[in-house]
Amino acid sequence: MNRALYYMALPGLLYFFVFCYLPMLGVIIAFKNYNFTDGIFGSPWAGFANFEFFFTSPDLFRVTYNTLFLNGLFITVGTTVAVAIAVLLNEIRSKYGARTFQTVIFFPYFISWIVVSLFLGTFLAYEKGIINKLLTGFGLERVDFMNSPELWPAILVIVYLWKTTGYGVIIYLAAIAGVNPEYYEAARIDGASRLQQILRILLPQLRPTILVLLILAVGRIFYGDFGMIYALVGDNGQLYSTTDVIDTYVFRSMRTLGDMGMTSAVGLYQSFMGLIMVLITNWISKKLSDDNKGVLF
Amino acid sequence: MVEHKTFGFRLFNAANYALFALLGIVCLVPFLIVLGSSFETEQVLKDNGFSLIPQQFTLYAYSTVFQLNTVVQSFLVSISVTLIGTLMAITVTALLAYPLAQKEMKGRGALLAFVLLTMLFNGGIVPWYILISKYLQLKDTLWVLILPYLVNPFNMFVLKSFFETIPKEIGESARIDGAGHLRTFLSIVAPLSMPGLATISLFYALGYWNDWWLSLNFIESDRLVPVQLLLKKMISNLTFISSQIDTSKFIQVPANGVQMATTIISIGPIIAAYPYIQRYFVKGLTIGGIKG
Repeated sequence: MNRALYYMALPGLLYFFVFCYLPMLGVIIAFKNYNFTDGIFGSPWAGFANFEFFFTSPDLFRVTYNTLFLNGLFITVGTTVAVAIAVLLNEIRSKYGARTFQTVIFFPYFISWIVVSLFLGTFLAYEKGIINKLLTGFGLERVDFMNSPELWPAILVIVYLWKTTGYGVIIYLAAIAGVNPEYYEAARIDGASRLQQILRILLPQLRPTILVLLILAVGRIFYGDFGMIYALVGDNGQLYSTTDVIDTYVFRSMRTLGDMGMTSAVGLYQSFMGLIMVLITNWISKKLSDDNKGVLF
Repeated sequence: MVEHKTFGFRLFNAANYALFALLGIVCLVPFLIVLGSSFETEQVLKDNGFSLIPQQFTLYAYSTVFQLNTVVQSFLVSISVTLIGTLMAITVTALLAYPLAQKEMKGRGALLAFVLLTMLFNGGIVPWYILISKYLQLKDTLWVLILPYLVNPFNMFVLKSFFETIPKEIGESARIDGAGHLRTFLSIVAPLSMPGLATISLFYALGYWNDWWLSLNFIESDRLVPVQLLLKKMISNLTFISSQIDTSKFIQVPANGVQMATTIISIGPIIAAYPYIQRYFVKGLTIGGIKG
């Protein structure tokens, strides 16, 4: 038994206590009529009024739907594209070529969402945007992207793919590299074509990796990507109908309405649904695995 | 191999290369457009919009940026936060990951659960916001841009599995020679774990450099605005930068150009470090990405 180990762990554990566990106690705000001067413990109780307010407002359905729908799109399209690109990149036999392509498609992952929003602006701006310049060049009508909420799920998916595909590709490439080369050799001897090798050997071998990542992503499906959505959409109310997710809604109600009780109730709803999703997906992963171990625990 | 000769194979290869060339262009073009536009004169930007290749090449936007106190100050804030933050975060994370990687540590299971639980449930941003601003009084300090991200549980677990790959005998022999756990860690385990530590440091550095969530919530004072938040302000409000400057010094501020130039400078450190980032990230993702 060595005390030094505990002393070493102390700063890290203290961090989790202060920044994660103390806020968990703070969820009582959701049951209070919070005001700044009385603080968390001094403010009067409000029962379930905060929940009632949110659960009876049309916002509940809209933000929940947007969160699930957008994340669902990101997960399905994102996984498909990343796997496809990783498989195709693996077919590039020149080591130098494959490395160069990998380097280039990984680049956007490192750019902040704010910078991405500036990039996006250069394409979507009404007057000087590249897309509208191309459209008018072909004699077509301009598109007012900033006032067309119906286009935004597609726009967000494209931007999401642009920024994050490289990350997924790297993970899947690592999994591909782990496939035993003897499998291919055996298949080739049996006369399997390249396509057959991909479909019959490579993809089945990638299945566990894909499943793990899918399960982790589905476990987080109630959490919208605030950094992305708020950077790209910002305070443009025209687009809320299709882009407002729980996280942006929470941020706005906290900052602009200042209604801490109600906002906290929404946050608790999100955390609760998130917890249920994690438990469900972990349980599924347990059932699917051979050694009865879940992805998380 | 026979298959290399077939026509279908060659066609597929050509198509595949073409596809990746196209993907590569798609990935780089937005960046190149902003790069090109940052060297463009303000008038052309106003009249024609963005351009890949500047029509009238100028460095005016860049020379303006370096004279704008607001922008220079922002870079200083971001650089300090990234350096101090990364150093602190990797230290605290590694010091937590090492004991948790020691199988003989008593209460290890409970401590692991203590960390894991924070990945499953959180109190939401409201209590978190109130805690930091009202109870910890961290608003408008440099610390508020660092402390809330000090330990990322995901990074901690990656580092822990990295430490677990180091043979136990190495640490044990040091301890038999009388070295304590901390000494063993600092002089033997840490040097052997450099690739892992470098990867996680890069994760943290990138996180701090690109973050704007903390500053959006907790920074009101102009002198603590990091680059990303400054860019956000510039993008949402083109007149923001003109409002920040001393009009006696500048006749006309190239607002569009300044926005482009600041963006490019903000990506600069990432490009400079990219060869390392790329090498270590790929390693780090392969160690930890799948294990989670």
